[in-house]
This record gives sequence, C-alpha cells and structure tokens, in this order.
Amino acid sequence: MQLTRAGFLVLLWLFVLAALRVVRSDLYAASGLRVPTPGLRRGTGKAGKGGKAPRQLVVTHGALAGTRISLDGRPILIGRADDSTLVLDDDFASTRHARLSLRGTDWYVEDLGSTNGTYLDRAKVTAPLRVPLGTPIRIGKTVIELRT
Amino acid sequence: MGSPVPGAEGTPLSAASSTSPGLKPPTRRSSELFLLAFAAGLVTIALILVEANQEQELTMRIVWLGLAYLGVLTVAHLAVRKWAPYADPVILPCVALLNGLGLVMIHRIDLAKEGDTLPGGGVWSPAAPKQVLWTAIALVLFCIVLAVLSDHRTLARYGYTFGFLGLVALVLPGVLPSFIAPEINGAKIWLSFGAFSIQPGEFAKILLMVFFAAFLVSKRELFTAAGRRVLGLDLPRARDLGPLVAAWAVGVSIMVLQKDLGSSLLFFGIVLVLLYVATERAAWVVLGVGMFCVGAVVAWRLFGHVQIRVQNWLDPFADPSGKGYQILQSLFGLGTGNIFGAGLGGGRPDEIPEANTDFITAVIGEELGFVGLSAVLVLYTVLALRGMRNSLAVRDTFGKLLGGGLSFAVAFQIFIVVGGVTKLIPMTGITAPFLSYGGSSLLANYMLVALLLRISDAARAPKSTPKPRPQQPAIADQFTVMVERPK
Repeated sequence: MQLTRAGFLVLLWLFVLAALRVVRSDLYAASGLRVPTPGLRRGTGKAGKGGKAPRQLVVTHGALAGTRISLDGRPILIGRADDSTLVLDDDFASTRHARLSLRGTDWYVEDLGSTNGTYLDRAKVTAPLRVPLGTPIRIGKTVIELRT
Repeated sequence: MGSPVPGAEGTPLSAASSTSPGLKPPTRRSSELFLLAFAAGLVTIALILVEANQEQELTMRIVWLGLAYLGVLTVAHLAVRKWAPYADPVILPCVALLNGLGLVMIHRIDLAKEGDTLPGGGVWSPAAPKQVLWTAIALVLFCIVLAVLSDHRTLARYGYTFGFLGLVALVLPGVLPSFIAPEINGAKIWLSFGAFSIQPGEFAKILLMVFFAAFLVSKRELFTAAGRRVLGLDLPRARDLGPLVAAWAVGVSIMVLQKDLGSSLLFFGIVLVLLYVATERAAWVVLGVGMFCVGAVVAWRLFGHVQIRVQNWLDPFADPSGKGYQILQSLFGLGTGNIFGAGLGGGRPDEIPEANTDFITAVIGEELGFVGLSAVLVLYTVLALRGMRNSLAVRDTFGKLLGGGLSFAVAFQIFIVVGGVTKLIPMTGITAPFLSYGGSSLLANYMLVALLLRISDAARAPKSTPKPRPQQPAIADQFTVMVERPK
C-alpha cells in the first residue's frame, strides 16, 4: 500500500517531466528564432565575420512593434498575404508589399509594386536599394529596421 | 510573430542555402504517441490501485472502463494525425491524463457511495459509465471540429454570429422560467430537457471568446487610441470604454440573475485578458479589475446569496454543519491528504459533498496529497503554456488572440476551482476542466482543445498551400535565383 502510494506519485511526476522534455526538445521548432538547418547556419556564420552584419529585423512602429525576426540569409517577404514572412495587418499595406533580400553581405529592399509605396528613410524605393543598419523602412503604418 | 518557418513556401530560397525542397519540420506525432501511452499506463495503474485498495479483487467493470478510455485515446490520436499533423505534441496527452485521472476519481467516488440513498430518496447511480459516454460524445465533437475547421481564421468571419449565440446561451437559463431552467444548488445555469440537462454557459465561453477575438482584431485601433496619462498608465478615452462596460454589465448580470459567481468571474477575466493581449496596455486590466471589485462589493451589499458565499469564505466555522459544511469538508479532506496523500482508494471522499464535480480537486488532494495535486496543477500549467506558446508562434492576429484567450480560460478556470476548494477565494462552484463529472463541461472543453490544436497546427505546419502567384518582373534579377517552391 505504502509502496504503491509513493510509486504512483513518482510515476505521475515522471509523466510531467516527460512532457516537459518534449516541450524542451520542441523549443526551437515553433519559435522561428533559430532554424536548425545546417545550410542556413553556415550562411549566418559567414556573414557574422564582417562584424557589423545585420542579425535581425525589428519592427519599431505599428501594430506589430517589438516583433523581431532573425535573418538567416533567406529573403523576407513583407505584406498582408498569409505566407509573408512578416504578415502586416495594415490597411495601407499591399498583399505583397516589399521584399528584403541578401546579396553578398548586404541586405537590399525592393518594392513589389505596392499601392502606397515603400520608403527607405524618406526616399521612395523604386529600384532595389541597399539597407544600412538602423535605417528605418516604412511600409504603411509599420516601420522596420535592421539591427545586429 | 511573423517568424520564418523552415522551408516556408513563398520564400524563394537562395541557391547557397542547401535546404532541400522536401525538408519538413518534424510533426512530433511519435512524441505524442509516447506520452499518450504513458498517460494510458498511468490511468490503468490508478484504476487498478483504486480497485485493489477498495475491493481486493478486479471486476470486469474496470476492464470495460479502461478499454473505453483506451479506445477514446486511440481515436483522438488518429484524428490528430489525420487532420492536424503538425499540432502540438504535449496538449493532447495532458488532456488525456487529466480526463483519465478524473475518470478514476469519479469511479472511486462511485465505489465509496455505492448503495447510498440520496437526500431526494433515490439511490446513488454510478457516474463513471456516464462520464465515459460523455467523453466519447465529446471526442466525436473534437473530431468534427478538427475535420470541419481546416483553418481557424474561418471562425473570424462568423464573429458576430458567434457573439450573438454566445450571449443568448449565457443569458438563457437566467431569464427562462424555472420549469425549463431549474435552480440547482442555488445556481440557475442549467437547461433541462427531461432526462438530461445542459449548461449552456460552458459553450457560451468559447463562442464569446471567438467573438471577442474577431471583434478586437477588426477594431483594435479603437482600443489603442490613447487618452490621458495618469500615474504611468495610458487611460483610454471615456467613449472607448463601451465594450468594457458592456462586458462588465453582462458579468454582473450573470452574478445577479443566475447566482453564478464563478462564471461571472471567468467571463470577465477572459474579456480583460483578450483586451490586454490585443492592446498590450495595463490600463485596461487595472480599470477592469477596479470595475469588477466595485461591482462585486455592490452585489455583496445587495444580494443575500453573495453574502452567504462571502460569509462561508471568511469564517466557515460559524456554521460548520450547515452553510460552512462543504468548504470545511473539503479543507479536512485536503488536510487528511497531507503531503503524500492517503493513497488511491485510501481516503474518504464520500465525506466531501459534490465530490465528483466542484470538489474533485479536494478528493485528489486527499488521495494523492500535495505532491499529486501539484502534479495535476502542473499538467494544467503545461497545457495553458503550450497554448500560449503556439498562439505566439501563429502568424495571424485572430489566431493569437483566440489561442491566448482559450489557454487563459483553462488556467483561470482551474485557478477559480482550486482557489475555491482551498479557501483562497470564495467558493464559486464551476467545474474543473476535464477532471469534473459533467457532460457540458467535457464537450465544451474538448472543443476548446480541438481549437487549440488547430491553432498550434497552423503555427507549426510548413506553408504548403499551392497558391498560383502571378510572376513579378521586378524581382527577376541576376542575384535572385527562383527555385521550385517546396511542396
């Protein structure tokens, strides 16, 4: 009786621990902060050697303010479409509004034919423009910038 | 929030990254299966322990109970595999274990009360078989929700319809005459149709959450418009308080019309949390809690049933065999359980009134002790935590709000239940999700879990909707290589 009593409690807590272990092993899968793909890891490492390569994209103004997306070398689509990397819920943004992509070690912003335009530090983006660190990019009511 | 998903469709991969187009994130269904098997094992052991400690022989009845439970688990797992393959692997096992433990405890109370005559004159009828039946029905609903609702954003379109239905369901028992909405144990929250009765408030909870999430997504601007800044809080403008006042009025009217303190607290708490999640402004919470306190104090002054509850809470020993009886028996039960509990089947849950519904956590505390009860609470925490985690990761605002609200509802409900049982807050008499005996509660909570799984599936699945997209000449340049979209 005593043995089964303690045994059951131990088993109950073992279940809790097993559940937490699954949660831990799952930590990076849904977070998107660290994508465990070896190919992408290599890309980040190479860019990191420059010392001042941007590591993340930060939303500074707008409904999504505070959102961070880590840059892993793949292009970032911005717009109202559900499959965008940064989904904007903004009446002034187009479905596919702008794209940030990496060329060599620099990030470029280009407008994808949006209605209200994309602005890189007050200049309207008509052709792909290089994005320096910390320069605001305005899309509708949302402002984003690149940071290390 | 807006995070990149590995192999996300629509992000043209550069040639340098060696991600193969077929790369998919793991579905983690095997982890879920392992945890489910663990849960099933635990429940089986618990059932055998109860039988061994009560009757010293194993009857066929528990074999049937156990088999039915295993069948339910299997179907649930297969349904998730089929309809939500990327869903969170921890949510379902937690629910399964809670439901299973609840079943074991209900069966255990049946054993203790077998042959008892009820105050009404009838004989105690075993509740466990009925609970198994309700679980099966709840599972059918769970599968229907998962199968029919392939995208949770569909719900946002019917926001106002759900809101209207929810409000009707919430208020209906309070305003209907008592032959169809009888007052049971002092609360007027039931609709009875002959042999069985339902508690529409449980479903209203989910319907209203869908409505509030949809409403807040479309009207968020209204709530973020700043008014004056007082003591470091951005107070909203007075005219924007309308929805909050409406929610408050509904909450207080539940308290008054239906004499149901728990639901009123739960409902108002959910509204406040959704507002807070949508606006990230503490002012709403401060204002709302203040309004609720004022409403509660006024209700306490004016209405006898609220006074009784508060009196029992402050000083249950004033009337130990009458009004304070329930809470005192629950406290004695918890005290008998001590740290390690009396052992499954070793307690005396028949002493605790309403043992298989409102006070089931007291029974668990008695038989499994502090250690066991805290394990149960951790299970609820993990459940709510995973729900919130997935709503952070899902990419649409409606999903975030709905997922956050649903997970909060589970956590808040168990807080109200355990707070009441342990005399932290006045006893309110709502059911512990998945543990308590009760059809409406089980049905509603299984639907809630189906929604959570649907949202987590959306958060974790790779984007694979083959949407034809027009070619965009602006992006065709020498540095970008268009590769085939991952399937």
